[in-house]
Amino acid sequence: MNIITCVKRVPSTETNIKIAKDGKSLEQTGVEYILSPFDEIALEEALRIKERFGGGEVIALTVGPAESATTLRTCLAMGADKAIHIKDTEAYKRDPFAIGSALASVIKGLQYNLILCGKQAVDDDNAQVGSILSRLLNIPFVGLITKLEISDNKATVHREISGGYEVLEVSLPAVFSAQKGLNEPRYPSLKGIMSAKKKPFEEKIVNFEASSLEILKMEYPPSRPAGRIVGKGVEAVPELVKLLKEEAKII
Amino acid sequence: MQPILVFIETSQCEIKKPSLETLSEARRIADNIKAEVVSLVVGDNVSPFAKEISSCSPDKVLLVESPDFKEVITTTYVRALLEALNKINPLVLLLSATPFGKDLAGLLSAELKTSAIQDCISISYEQGSFIAKKPVYAGKAIITVKVIKTPAIITLRPKVFKLSVAEPKNVIIEKISVNLGADDRRIKQKEVVKSAQKKVELTEADIIVSGGRGMKQPENFRILEELATLLNAAVGASRAAVDSGWRPHSDQVGQTGKTVCPTLYIACGISGAIQHLAGMSSSKCIVAINKDPDAPIFKVANYGLVGDLFEVVPSFLQELKKTT
Ligand SMILES: Cc1cc2nc3c(=O)[nH]c(=O)nc-3n(C[C@H](O)[C@H](O)[C@H](O)COP(=O)(O)OP(=O)(O)OC[C@H]3O[C@@H](n4cnc5c(N)ncnc54)[C@H](O)[C@@H]3O)c2cc1C
Ligand SMILES: Nc1ncnc2c1ncn2[C@@H]1O[C@H](COP(=O)(O)O)[C@@H](O)[C@H]1O
Repeated sequence: MNIITCVKRVPSTETNIKIAKDGKSLEQTGVEYILSPFDEIALEEALRIKERFGGGEVIALTVGPAESATTLRTCLAMGADKAIHIKDTEAYKRDPFAIGSALASVIKGLQYNLILCGKQAVDDDNAQVGSILSRLLNIPFVGLITKLEISDNKATVHREISGGYEVLEVSLPAVFSAQKGLNEPRYPSLKGIMSAKKKPFEEKIVNFEASSLEILKMEYPPSRPAGRIVGKGVEAVPELVKLLKEEAKII
Repeated sequence: MQPILVFIETSQCEIKKPSLETLSEARRIADNIKAEVVSLVVGDNVSPFAKEISSCSPDKVLLVESPDFKEVITTTYVRALLEALNKINPLVLLLSATPFGKDLAGLLSAELKTSAIQDCISISYEQGSFIAKKPVYAGKAIITVKVIKTPAIITLRPKVFKLSVAEPKNVIIEKISVNLGADDRRIKQKEVVKSAQKKVELTEADIIVSGGRGMKQPENFRILEELATLLNAAVGASRAAVDSGWRPHSDQVGQTGKTVCPTLYIACGISGAIQHLAGMSSSKCIVAINKDPDAPIFKVANYGLVGDLFEVVPSFLQELKKTT
C-alpha cells in the first residue's frame, strides 16, 4: 500500500485573526501555524493502514512557502516515510483548482493506491482540493469519511450523511477526505522526531494554473452586541423566557 | 442573458430545504439581471418534485429521471450536472452548501477548470461577474471573492438565504437523459444507516441546544434532548463533550465541527473557547447557561444566565411548557 496524504499548514485554531494592511489577507505577525487538524486525521489513517498491511510507503505532500517544511517535518515525525514539498510563496493566494492541479502534476509521477486529504483546510475552508484532485487524476472521490477498510483493491468507507452515515464501496485508487471521528491522531514520539531528520525530503517547483477567483476584500464578521447577563439561578428563568418571547420573539 | 442553473438536492422522497433557499436566492438575482432560472432535479421517480419546486418560481425544470440515479452518489450525479451545464450554458451554477452539494461543486470545478466558492453567505452579479462573500477561518473573518471565469460555481450556506414561496404555478418541464459509463460506477452504495431517533439536522436547525463538559455525564444530555424535543431543536455539543465520548462526532459545533447559524443557540455548560465560538457566533440569538460568571461564552450571549445548569435547564423547560 502506497498512500499519499495531502497536508496544509494553517494558522493555529487558537489564532485571533487580524487582517493585514492590504485588507485582503491575514496579518502574519504573531501567528502560530499547525498542520490542519483534518490533515492530521488523514495522515493518522494512512499510518494505521500501512501498519495494518505491514508494507508500502506513506508520503506527505504539500504546496506552500518555505515555512511549510516544518509542517512536513511534523508529518515525518508522526511516521510518514517521505515528504514532498511543492515550493510556492504565493500559495496563500492560489485558488483550489491551481492547488489541486499542482498536487496532481506531482502525484502523476508517483506510485500510489490511495490518497487521503482533510475534509477542509481550516483556514480557507474551501472543501474542494481533494475532489478537484480526484477528477484531475480520474479516480473516485468520497468526502467526509469516518471509517475506512481495505481489501482486494477495494475500499469500504462510511460517509457522514444527514442523520446517519452511508456505506460505500469504492475501487482503488481513490481520494478520500477525512472527517472527525475517523481516528484520534497520535503525537510524534521522541524517536519519531529524531528519525524524521534522516527521512527523504524532496523539493519541487511546478507551474501553476491562473486563478479563476480573485479575493477583493477580507473583513471581520459583524460584531455581536455586548453580552448581557439576565440574572442568576432559577429565579432568572421566567425573565429569560419572557425576553425570548417578547424581545427576541423567537419562541 | 445566460440562465442561472440551480441544483435541487433530494433525499428519500423529499426535497432538501436548503435547495429551496438556494432557488429563492437564484430567483432574486435573476429578476435583477433579467435572466431565467433553470432548476435541475436528478433521481429515480422525481417528477412529483417539479410541482413542489414551482412554488419557488423557476422558469424551467430539467429532470433527469432514471433508476440509475436512485442512489445519491457523486460520480453519477456529476454526469447529470455536466449534461445540464452543456445544455444550457449558464452564467452560474448554484448549489446549497450541504456535504453533497460541496462535493459536487468541487468535482465539477475540476471538470470546468475553475474553482467553486463554497459556503457563501451573500452573492451578487456586478458588471459581468459574480461576487460572493464567504466566511474563512470558520467565521473569524469574511472574504469577498470575485469569479473571473464563467460559469461560476457557488454553494450557498443553509439557513442564510431567505426562502420565498409563491403559489405553485405551471413550469416548463424538460426531461434529459444521461448515459453513464463504467467509470461513473466506481462508487457503489451498500447501505444507508440512519440513527434511531429522527434527528433535526444540526446545520439546518432553527434552534440548537448544545451541551459541553459541564453536562458531566452522557446520561445528562437527556434534559437537553427533552428541551430539544419541546423546541423542535437539534442537539449539539462542544468538542470536550464529543471527545469524552458522550456525543457522536457529527454533533460537534466549532472550527473542527459544524459551523451553524440557527435563530437560537442555547449553550449549556460550555465555556466558549475560541474554536467553539468560531462555529456558532453567527447564530442570531445566543443563550448561555453556565455557573462561571467569567466564562467567555457570556461575552457573545444575548442572554446569559449564571447558574447550575442542572437546576436552570429543568426550570427553563417547565417555564416553557407553562407558556407554550
Ligand atoms: C485544533 C483544535 C480544534 C478544536 N475544535 C473545537 C471545535 O470544533 N469545537 C469545540 O467546541 N471545541 C474545539 N476545540 C476545543 C476547545 O479549545 C475547548 O477545549 C472546548 O470547546 C471546551 O469545551 P467545553 O466548553 O465543553 O468545556 P470546558 O472549557 O471545560 O467548559 C465547561 C464549562 O461548563 C461550566 N459548568 C460546569 N459545570 C456546570 C454546571 N453544573 N452548570 C453550569 N455550568 C457548568 C464551567 O463553568 C465551564 O465554563 C478545539 C481545540 C483544538 C486544539
Ligand atoms: N496547499 C496544499 N497543499 C497540500 N494539500 C492541500 C493544500 N490545500 C489543501 N490541501 C488538501 O485538500 C484538503 C481540502 O482543502 P481545501 O479545499 O483548501 O479546504 C486539505 O485538507 C488538504 O488535505
